[in-house]
Amino acid sequence: MLATPALAEAGPEAQSLRTLSGWGRYPRAASEILAADAPGTLPMLLRGRRGVIARGAGRAYGDAAVGQRTTVLTGALDRLRGFDPATGRLRAEAGVTLADIVRTFLPRGFFPPVVPGTQFVTLGGMIASDVHGKNHHREGGFGAHVEALTLLTPDGVPRRCSRDQNPDLFALTLGGMGLTGTILDATFRLRPVESGWICQQTRVAADLSAMLRALEEDDAATYSVAWIDCLARGASLGRGLVYRGEHAGRQACLAAGRDPFPIPAHGRLTVPPGLPAWTLNRASVTAFNALYFRRGAAAGASGLVPWHSYFFPLDGLAAWNRLYGARGFVQHQCVVPRRGAEAVLSGMLDRVARLGTASPLAVLKRLGPGGGGLSFPIDGYTLALDLPANAATFALLDELDRSVVAAGGRLYLAKDARQSRETFEAGYPALPTFRDLRRQLGAEGVLASRLSVRLGM
Amino acid sequence: MAGTLLLVGATSDIGHAVAARYAQAGWRILLAARDPERAQRNADDLVARHRAEVGLLRLDILETDSFAAWLDGLPALPDTVVCAVGELGDQGRAEVDPTHAEGVMRTNFLGPSLLLGLIAERFAARGSGAIVGISSVAGDRGRGSNYVYGAGKAGFTAFLSGLRNRLAKSGVRVVTVKPGFVRTRMTRGLRLPPLLTGEPSEVGQAVYAAAQGGGDVVYVRKIWRLVMAVIAAIPEPVFKRLNL
Repeated sequence: MLATPALAEAGPEAQSLRTLSGWGRYPRAASEILAADAPGTLPMLLRGRRGVIARGAGRAYGDAAVGQRTTVLTGALDRLRGFDPATGRLRAEAGVTLADIVRTFLPRGFFPPVVPGTQFVTLGGMIASDVHGKNHHREGGFGAHVEALTLLTPDGVPRRCSRDQNPDLFALTLGGMGLTGTILDATFRLRPVESGWICQQTRVAADLSAMLRALEEDDAATYSVAWIDCLARGASLGRGLVYRGEHAGRQACLAAGRDPFPIPAHGRLTVPPGLPAWTLNRASVTAFNALYFRRGAAAGASGLVPWHSYFFPLDGLAAWNRLYGARGFVQHQCVVPRRGAEAVLSGMLDRVARLGTASPLAVLKRLGPGGGGLSFPIDGYTLALDLPANAATFALLDELDRSVVAAGGRLYLAKDARQSRETFEAGYPALPTFRDLRRQLGAEGVLASRLSVRLGM
Repeated sequence: MAGTLLLVGATSDIGHAVAARYAQAGWRILLAARDPERAQRNADDLVARHRAEVGLLRLDILETDSFAAWLDGLPALPDTVVCAVGELGDQGRAEVDPTHAEGVMRTNFLGPSLLLGLIAERFAARGSGAIVGISSVAGDRGRGSNYVYGAGKAGFTAFLSGLRNRLAKSGVRVVTVKPGFVRTRMTRGLRLPPLLTGEPSEVGQAVYAAAQGGGDVVYVRKIWRLVMAVIAAIPEPVFKRLNL
C-alpha cells in the first residue's frame, strides 16, 4: 500500500458527506456515509448515532436507502455463511448480491425462490423491501421464504428472528424498509432447478380485458408477467404481451443444443452519462412500443430464453437510469385489488397515455395474497410505470394515487420518491402497529431514512 | 495441481481474496488469524462458495517465540504459504509514540519475516514449496507521509529478496507481491485513482499466478512498476523537498 497522508489518517470509520439518491436519481439529498466492514463491528460503528439507515446496492428507486443523516453501506457484508446442498438452505450476510448468489449456485442446480426485476440488489434489501417476483401469485414475496435472520436492533444487540423467535419483530422486518433494525444476515432456501433456461410462452393481449384474462389464466403457471404499451389509447388501451415462464428441464435444453447453465455474455452495454431528458419522448416511445408489440405479436409461440433475459432483461443495459437525464425519473408502482381492477387500471392508463411521457418500461403482474406488515403485495394487480421526474408527472401521479387508494390499493415503498402521507396511511393499515413496534424498539429517530421522515413512519 | 494453502492474515480482505482464488482451484485452505472468531465468516464463505476444505487456526504474528512449535503442530506442511499480514498504523502517532511505531514495524516486518524464514527451512528440507509475501509499493522508497509502515515493508521486501536468492536452486519459490492501492476496508471511503486501484480479487489472481510460476516480484497493476520506478529515480536532493 502506498499510503498518502489522507490514507494514513483515515480508518474504516472515515466520514464524508455525499449527495445520495436512489436508482431513479430523484430526489437527491446529502448524507454522511459510513461503511460497515464486518457484522461484528457494526454495533460500535452505529453507537450513539441517530437518523441512520442501511444501504445495500442502492437499487431502491426513491429515498428509501438515503439516511436522514447517516447512510451505512453494507457492501462489505458479502460472505456466504453456509450452504446445505441437501435442502438448498443458504445463510448469507446481508450485503451479498442476488447476482452473486445466482452466479454461485445456478451452476450447482439451484435458483432463488423469488427474484425481483434486477439481480443487482442485496439480500438485505430484498428482505427490507419484501421484493416480489413473477411468481408472487404462487410463491408469495421473498420474505415468505426467509426462515431466519439476524437483526441488529437499535439497542446494539444482534437478535435472531424467525417465525418462532422474536416472531413479531421478524414479521415486521419483512418489508420493514430497514426501520426495525439493520439486517446482518439471513437464511432461506434455494430451490433445485434442472437448468438456467426458461421455457417462455408469449401471448398477445389486444386490450386491457384480454390482458387481465390472460394473467388470470396464468394462475397455474410458475412465472407470469406482462409488458404493457402505456401509450396505446382507445380500443387498444392496455394492450400488451404476456410472458409465461416455466423452468426448462435438462433434457429440453440438451435437445435444443443449449448449455443447461448459460452464463450471460460479458461486455454489457452502458448508457453514457449526460443524455438529455428528451431522449425518451412521445414519438420515440410510441414508435418503439408499436414495433415491440408487433414483433411480439408476430413471434408469438414459445421458446427457450436464458434466465437473465427472462428475469433481468434490463440488467443487460448498465446505468439505464441515465436514460432520463440529470433530473432523474420516478417509478410509480401500485397494486389494486382484483375486484374492480379493470376500471381503475383503465382510468390510470388512459391518463398516462394522454400525458404521453411514460417510458416503454411498463409492467403489469398478478399478485397473490400479501405477507402483512408494510409488505407491498396484496391480492390484485400491480402496475409499474417509469416517468420523468417533473411537475407534470407529479401532478398526474397525485391523481393516480388517489384512485389507487380509493380502490383499496397502495404504492410500493421501494419505488416511492414522492407519495403523500395521506396516500401512504390510507394504503397501509398496519402502519400504527409498525409505529408501535418502532417505539418499543427505540428505533424512532435512530433508524430513519429520507423515506421514513417524509412519510412519518 | 491442487495442494494445501496456508494463509497467514486470514481476516484481511486481500487475504480472503487470495484464499478464494485457491479454493476455486480446489486447494485445501488453512487459515491463520490472531482472532479466529473474526476469520470464521471468511472460512464459512470458502466452504459455502467453493466447497473448500478449510481449517482455521490461531496465530499471533507478534508472538515470534511460538512459531516453531506452531509449525510443528500443523497437520501437514502446506504446499504454498501466503502472508497477507499488514498494519498501516498511524504515521503521525508513530512519530511521537515509539510503542506504536514498534508495533507497526514488528507487524509488517519482524513477524512475517521470521515466520516465513522458518517455513522456508522446512520447504527447503522437503525440496518444494512456494512462499508469497504480500509487501507494498510503500517499501520501494521511504516517504515522509508513511515511512514507518514503508520501512517495515521495505525490510520485508529485502528479506523476501534474500530468501529468494538463497533458495533459487532448492526448488522453493519465493514471490514478493506489491498490490498498490486496493479497494479494501483499509481504504474504504477514500477517493483512490481508478487506474491505480485494484480489486482484492485482482490481488488474489496475481498471487495465484505468481506462485504457480509467474514473476518473482509482482506489481498487481503493471502501471505501479512504472510509477515506483519514477519515484525511485527522483534524485534525493529533489525528493526530500517533495510532499509525498
